[in-house]
Amino acid sequence: MKKKRITLEAREKRTGLLFVLPWVIGFLVFFAYNMAQTIVFSFNKLTMGKNGYNLSFVGLDNFNYAFLKSADFVRTLTESTGNILIDVPLIIFFSLFIAVILNRQFKGRALVRAIFFLPVIMASAAITSALTANLQNMLGGLSSTAAGTDSQQVSGLNIQSIAVMISDYGIPKQLIDFLVGAVGNLYEIIRNSGVQIIIFLAALQAIPGSLYEVAQMEGATGYEIFWKITFPLVSPLIVTNLVYTIVDLYSQSTIIDMEMTTAFTQQNFGLSAAMALVSSAVICLILGVCTSLISKKVFYQT
Amino acid sequence: MPEAAKALCLKIDTEKKREKNLKLKRAVPKFFLNLFMAVILVGISYVILSPLIGIVSHSFMSINDYYNPLVYLIPEQGTLSNYRTAWQQIQYPNSLAYTLILSSVIMLIQTFICGFVGYGFARFRFPGRNLLFAMVIATIVVPVQTFMVPLYGQFRNFDIAGILHLLTGHGANLLNTPVPILLMSVFGSGLRSGLFIYIFRQFFKGLPKEIEWAAFIDGAGPFYTYFVVMLPNAGSAIITVLLFSFVWQYNDVFFASLFMDDSNLLSIQITTLTPKLAQTLQIRDPNQVMLIVHAGVVLTIIPLIIVYLLLQKHFMESVDRSGIVG
Repeated sequence: MKKKRITLEAREKRTGLLFVLPWVIGFLVFFAYNMAQTIVFSFNKLTMGKNGYNLSFVGLDNFNYAFLKSADFVRTLTESTGNILIDVPLIIFFSLFIAVILNRQFKGRALVRAIFFLPVIMASAAITSALTANLQNMLGGLSSTAAGTDSQQVSGLNIQSIAVMISDYGIPKQLIDFLVGAVGNLYEIIRNSGVQIIIFLAALQAIPGSLYEVAQMEGATGYEIFWKITFPLVSPLIVTNLVYTIVDLYSQSTIIDMEMTTAFTQQNFGLSAAMALVSSAVICLILGVCTSLISKKVFYQT
Repeated sequence: MPEAAKALCLKIDTEKKREKNLKLKRAVPKFFLNLFMAVILVGISYVILSPLIGIVSHSFMSINDYYNPLVYLIPEQGTLSNYRTAWQQIQYPNSLAYTLILSSVIMLIQTFICGFVGYGFARFRFPGRNLLFAMVIATIVVPVQTFMVPLYGQFRNFDIAGILHLLTGHGANLLNTPVPILLMSVFGSGLRSGLFIYIFRQFFKGLPKEIEWAAFIDGAGPFYTYFVVMLPNAGSAIITVLLFSFVWQYNDVFFASLFMDDSNLLSIQITTLTPKLAQTLQIRDPNQVMLIVHAGVVLTIIPLIIVYLLLQKHFMESVDRSGIVG
């Protein structure tokens, strides 16, 4: 009897490993191996030869160069991470807000939902980069201004005039800058919220209706219902969305473009690897801090 | 008695009145709340749709229309020449067919493999499962861009345990073929495969174990159980992954530009349309280039919109029920 149970367990182990085997191979060959390679590259100078590449060990030179000599790296890194830190809470709150609205019954809900999913289709990297390339062509390669004008042009808002108007009332400049940035980014935020809205919507649908009924019977107001029922029950998904948003924004950010040009245009692979490691470390740090801060507040049902 | 009945009637009457009052009292804020929401929804829908409307309208405009300040959205001298140029320059029928085929193949592979792996993580206990699943999360969190250089090198000089090096002296150059993307998908490391594995794992965890036990008792093996019993029950997760996988693959520029820079994938074609028009065709007016690029963008989006409209209903229903929710 005992022997049979052990074999059953062993069989479960074997089939389990068999099921995940394709992924394990892919993980080792493509992810782990190349991560190790990246770390090796970052300490070396890599020159392309006829038969592949040659490495020569340079120690911390690449990191030194990135931090101390490169004119752009530190600035671009802080700028990218800063943008991510500003956009993430806006995207999370916006998508939660919209998901709550879309979860209510109203006429034309299917149509509105269809429209809100459009950004997932439309805001593809392909189309964005096609339009950006086009704008650069029109403005003569001023990529930094291009991004700003792009979002303002499409959202059709003239924010600056409003900003000047508000500043007349003596509101602190930093606050205005933040608000103007948020409004100017409105299109970006909506564009990047598609998947998050879907995830929140799914979470909202999963909340049992009986909870709301009970709350209403007890005379809870809409405000109380939101903060005591809806918010705690979707809070696990806030973590999921947070991770997704940070990773998504990071993969679109300018620092990645910079790493790509460093590697493939300037052929400086070692430096690019060093930059990639540093920026990924920064992003992982941000992810770790954010998730651990929020995880404490998250309500788990079980 | 009639007294009591009268009193009762009166009581009911006042109750009704009070209820009516209460309803009225609640109706006013409710009305404003609905109005507020309607305004927000319409406004955001406008923000989402307006660039699309602008692009569509530009794509039909002739350059004269564009410079004519009286023309707003609806072109006066509508023309299809933008579409004609874009159609030729991005080799639309070819690149569309190629992109659709590649995206569909990748979509099927990813759904199949990720479902398989996700089931393994959800149901079987084996040594190192938690560690391996943590690694799945790591592949979601660490962007591919971090190790793109060695990845590029790996496929530029591809080799399996040194066999090709022994035979020919150098590895195979797999760049500019779809092989790298296909290989990565087959081994569950493709475009956002980690996320799909996560979705499937959450979904299968949510299914009752009794289904499988019944199958096991009837003598079905684990693979038979998975394909015949579990997979048909995972419809909603499958649709979610199918759609996301297809859309993301169709739109992907990163892997495409890393591995298949010269191919006629639609995403590459549309990205390089501007320099092509400006340099090869020598169109000097950047606004003319813009009109043509916008026509190209419309051509690129249309297939996706059609797919989405066809799947929309299933998709929203399936998202509601799928395991995206942790």
